Amino acid sequence: MERYIGRDLARPDGPAKVEGRAVYVADLDVPGAWVGGVVRSTVARGLLLGLDFDPGFDWRTVAVATAADVPGENVVALIADDQPLLVAREIEHWGEPLALVAAPDELQLARALAAVRPRIEARAACFDLERSPRVFKSIRVAQGDAGAVFRDVPPGARVVEGTYRTDSQEQLYVETQGFVAFPPASDGSVTVRGSLQCPHYVQKALARALGIAPEEARVVQLATGGGFGGKEDYPSVLACHAALLARVARRPVRLILGRHEDLAVTPKRHPARVRVRAAFAADGTGLALEADVLFDGGAYTTLSPVVLSRGVLHASGPYRWPAAEIRGSVVATNHVPYGAFRGFGAPQTCLAIERLMDRAARELGIHPFELRLRNALRPGDTTVTGQRLEHSVGSLEVLEAIARRTGFDRHAWGAPHAESGPRRRGLGFSFFFHGAGFTGSGEELLRGRVSLALLPDGRVEVLAGSTEIGQGTQALFTAIAAEALGADAADVVLATPDTARVPDSGPTVASRTCMVVGGVLAAAAAELRQRVGDGAASWRERARAFLAGGGDGAVTRAYAPPPGARWDEHSYRGDAYPVYGWAADVAEVFVDEDTGEVDVARLWTAVDVGRALQPRLVTGQIEGGALQAVGWAHREVVSARDGRCEQDRLATCIVPTTLDAPRFDVTLVEVPYPGGPFGAKGVGELPMDGGAPAVLSAIEDATGIHPAQVPATPERILDLLVARAEEAHA
Amino acid sequence: MRPLRLTVNGDTLETAAPAHWTLLEVLRYRLGLTGSKQGCDKGDCGACTVLVDGRPQLACLTLAALAEGHAITTIEGLMPLHVAAGGDGPDPVQGAFDRCGALQCGFCQPGMMLSARALLNRNPCPTRGEIREALSGNLCRCTGYTQIFEAVELAVAESLGVAPAPRAWEEQRMKPAEAQEQARRAAAALAAARERNDGGPGARS
Ligand code: FES
Ligand code: FES
Repeated sequence: MERYIGRDLARPDGPAKVEGRAVYVADLDVPGAWVGGVVRSTVARGLLLGLDFDPGFDWRTVAVATAADVPGENVVALIADDQPLLVAREIEHWGEPLALVAAPDELQLARALAAVRPRIEARAACFDLERSPRVFKSIRVAQGDAGAVFRDVPPGARVVEGTYRTDSQEQLYVETQGFVAFPPASDGSVTVRGSLQCPHYVQKALARALGIAPEEARVVQLATGGGFGGKEDYPSVLACHAALLARVARRPVRLILGRHEDLAVTPKRHPARVRVRAAFAADGTGLALEADVLFDGGAYTTLSPVVLSRGVLHASGPYRWPAAEIRGSVVATNHVPYGAFRGFGAPQTCLAIERLMDRAARELGIHPFELRLRNALRPGDTTVTGQRLEHSVGSLEVLEAIARRTGFDRHAWGAPHAESGPRRRGLGFSFFFHGAGFTGSGEELLRGRVSLALLPDGRVEVLAGSTEIGQGTQALFTAIAAEALGADAADVVLATPDTARVPDSGPTVASRTCMVVGGVLAAAAAELRQRVGDGAASWRERARAFLAGGGDGAVTRAYAPPPGARWDEHSYRGDAYPVYGWAADVAEVFVDEDTGEVDVARLWTAVDVGRALQPRLVTGQIEGGALQAVGWAHREVVSARDGRCEQDRLATCIVPTTLDAPRFDVTLVEVPYPGGPFGAKGVGELPMDGGAPAVLSAIEDATGIHPAQVPATPERILDLLVARAEEAHA
Repeated sequence: MRPLRLTVNGDTLETAAPAHWTLLEVLRYRLGLTGSKQGCDKGDCGACTVLVDGRPQLACLTLAALAEGHAITTIEGLMPLHVAAGGDGPDPVQGAFDRCGALQCGFCQPGMMLSARALLNRNPCPTRGEIREALSGNLCRCTGYTQIFEAVELAVAESLGVAPAPRAWEEQRMKPAEAQEQARRAAAALAAARERNDGGPGARS
């Protein structure tokens, strides 16, 4: 009988958070700390000829660091090492860091920042992803001969095509990014504390920038006010800046971005243009798919190759394609570098394939639900990379569940409306999947580790590098450990993610914390339980007796890939992900045809999570992710002019409020995954994928127009309505 | 520096700060009350919401000097004030937020809970619409808001001594065996649905 699985556990981080005691980076009281700031470029591309320091300012009152002060390599170590920590000569984007300043207080800092005068020679910049001169990475996935199908379309078959665009999106964690760095200790080691998702990424970046060994860089996570991918890559930049300042200032430095600066310089979702065409037999069976995926990577590589990879691998949608050819590129522009955001490339391609399925349904005269059902990947089917789906394939289950909840399968989608007046109601649909964990051999190469340590009082300390960023890592790990040990939740304590104490469990990204790291934790706990032995006495009594008898209470386990998994990085063939989450959404919208305004009134979603270890947490993940998706669909505008983000504060960078949120109706479908802890699989990103296509589908149902760009703002909808009216008139 | 005499969570506190400092700055960086958060400093996010004479107010837009003579309540004061009023442990709003999943990263929570407390003080039994309205100045990026609404409703139900309504997702959660069974029935059910494809009402509630 399971005690903690499938039942909601009190959040270990709950009491401190509701009482206002949780310590976020800005709450840290560091005596003697100075405040740090960044001198930034005011052009999107150019040459830094020099930095002039106003002689009227007393520079002895502050500390300054430039590229010349970087003791190690002047790079933000991530994938390609092409991004400098501080510009030495070439400027590639607006807001790029040119110099750093630390001062005793905000006022003096502001004066000093204003007294640094960069001499810059502006150069022509590129902001158009279709005109980019440079490709960061290209990927091709091919199966069968799709070209042959399109060259020689079988009789009765039909080819449907479309081009779909998605704009950027801001993560908008409510706590801005920040670090406190301490000056080097006498042994040269350096400590930073901050708001972050991936302590070991930051550690690696610090070591390279400071020219020290990774063990000499200590990274400690504080309570973190949201991440959504936004605190995956950028904390490495900020931590290095803060550490550099602490080094030159010889005292602790707080470097916390204001909202304006955070919006202006931190990486956001990659804008995309996806061209897609598909051939269908007359009965709607998919014959072949071709997709051409283009992502704007911005000025530096950051995580773009991996984002592109996930985008390309999700471009097929959750469908069977006997033949497919998907080409993708991520290119350089002079936009602020784009980076990780929940969904990680998949929402962009999911939007394209789902919009295409709606268009195909219309052209083929088949109900959009039925078209999806007919082509849905089922157990035993093969994906476009040749992966045979064996376990936890909840595709039909989620379709059935969403039909049962909404009756969408009987809704006359796209039929002309009888209503009069400008306000039109519509229902829209999307069906989607999301690979959980790292792509391909990622998990195998990473071999994320978890350690357990028996404390003298018999409690078990969990040591993992996975971070709590709100999603519930602490509650999940407590439940998994207690269940696998056969102990009480109170017998489990969680170590703070501190690189000096915890092993590298891999980053807190890619829907992998519960499924992958949680799985390693469950295995480690099972091993410890076996060592200690079962019995009538309580866990703590048995554990203390085990220790008294000289038992070894330290266990470390690393990730072991599922048997038989294979992946070829060069051909992009094989098992792209350990397993997939499956989901279907139905959105209800009201569109005002006079204003183009869209109101998303309801969102139903059915999600196959494998096993809901903590039902309340997983529901919160689904609702929170779905609201981000709905916001992106029609409301969250992020734009750049001359490479500079136009949204400078929360009043202009709009995200949904309580009044904008639809009523959610979540159905948890549980088709257990044998490779995950107690059957669970990753779900963090999945809810981000389907909201936008469902909303655009509902707008099409309401109005008859075919929105092809996210966000579907009132202006864009009005343009399409006008074009429709002109067409009707002609 | 301007001397300040503020009444915070029932205590009268004396401090001094530059004349232009906001209430948020004084609370956080003079009085050590860091529970009130700064999400924007421009009045856009609501994370800094405190109660001034029982009404929600944005501390980042309030000059500290203008808060003198008013009763200020911050998140740190919710539990002590509840206990002082004869309660036991945390304010019901805090307990409900903790249990309902209304907090994820927690950064919006202090402001959110103070807005909720102010609502319940003036309207002990609000509708879902009134809750949405009252919390509309408090941004949350994590939860999608539903579990926050449910938490406020739970606090209401508990204070009225009635059982809270079950949460929607609890009713709809499929058991694994049930899911498998439904999978088997899926094809048949859907075939039947297509037969009936009569342009029916679509979504039913
Ligand atoms: S910090 Fe006051 S409203 Fe955002
Ligand atoms: S819980 Fe993170 S912003 Fe609300």
